[in-house]
Amino acid sequence: MRIKCPLCGDRDQREFTYMGHETYLDRPADEGWSPAWDTYLHLRDNPAGVTRDLWYHGAGCTSWLLVERDTTTHDILRVDLARDAKRGRG
Amino acid sequence: MVRLIAKSPSEGILPFEVNGLTLVELDVGPITSVAPFDGQAVAASDRLRALAGMELPKPNRSSGREGARAVWSGAGQAMVLGVAVDAAMRQHAALTDQSDAWAVFRLEGQGVEDVLARLTPLDLNPGVFKRGHVARSLLGHMSALFLRVSGEAFEIMVFRSMARTAVHEIEVAMKAVAARKALA
Repeated sequence: MRIKCPLCGDRDQREFTYMGHETYLDRPADEGWSPAWDTYLHLRDNPAGVTRDLWYHGAGCTSWLLVERDTTTHDILRVDLARDAKRGRG
Repeated sequence: MVRLIAKSPSEGILPFEVNGLTLVELDVGPITSVAPFDGQAVAASDRLRALAGMELPKPNRSSGREGARAVWSGAGQAMVLGVAVDAAMRQHAALTDQSDAWAVFRLEGQGVEDVLARLTPLDLNPGVFKRGHVARSLLGHMSALFLRVSGEAFEIMVFRSMARTAVHEIEVAMKAVAARKALA
């Protein structure tokens, strides 16, 4: 599997570390405990198909990436800098 | 006063040559990491050009020349090699002196890509990775920075603490490539 980093280009999977589902980009606003926190920390789907998750390009540019991929074919469909994706969401 | 004797990262184990390929240690002088503040990349680049005659390199690229070079080293960061970076840059970027934190090697000779192909997942084909191109990637299991300085030479930077392991890894790869050539 190869991931096309927006900064570094097409790179081998061993340069990247899986960091979890994209849910982690949407941290609940409230500081106290709420069901939103439970969802944020624990509730995940396990899709056979397209999913979006965070990868860390630790052996390259050290960016966090938002990667859209297909779990059944291992296709990488889209890669953005997590920073840009987060800013786009406001 | 006690006089301390400076040792280079690869003192006593370099240089060496294997079948026409050479590995030498370079003393590149001062190394400064330049990380422009948010929204200051253009201003930082202009200031660096005015101060040191080189712009901040784009991703996977370098600028300047041997002895005064800037090398892209990650998201929003470049290493300036060979010249001290004036404090005036602090207005636009975070500066860190890393002069003694890196070991720098030059690997040179015909078929140099064959040696590196055993150590890094990068595509170093001359048609893809040209002179002045830079990549951060892996050398074995360690983080490294690769710069092509000519058709047959690369400069490789690793963290100083990894110098001995890096030399060992490259030496094993050089010998393996030489052994394969001897069979052909």
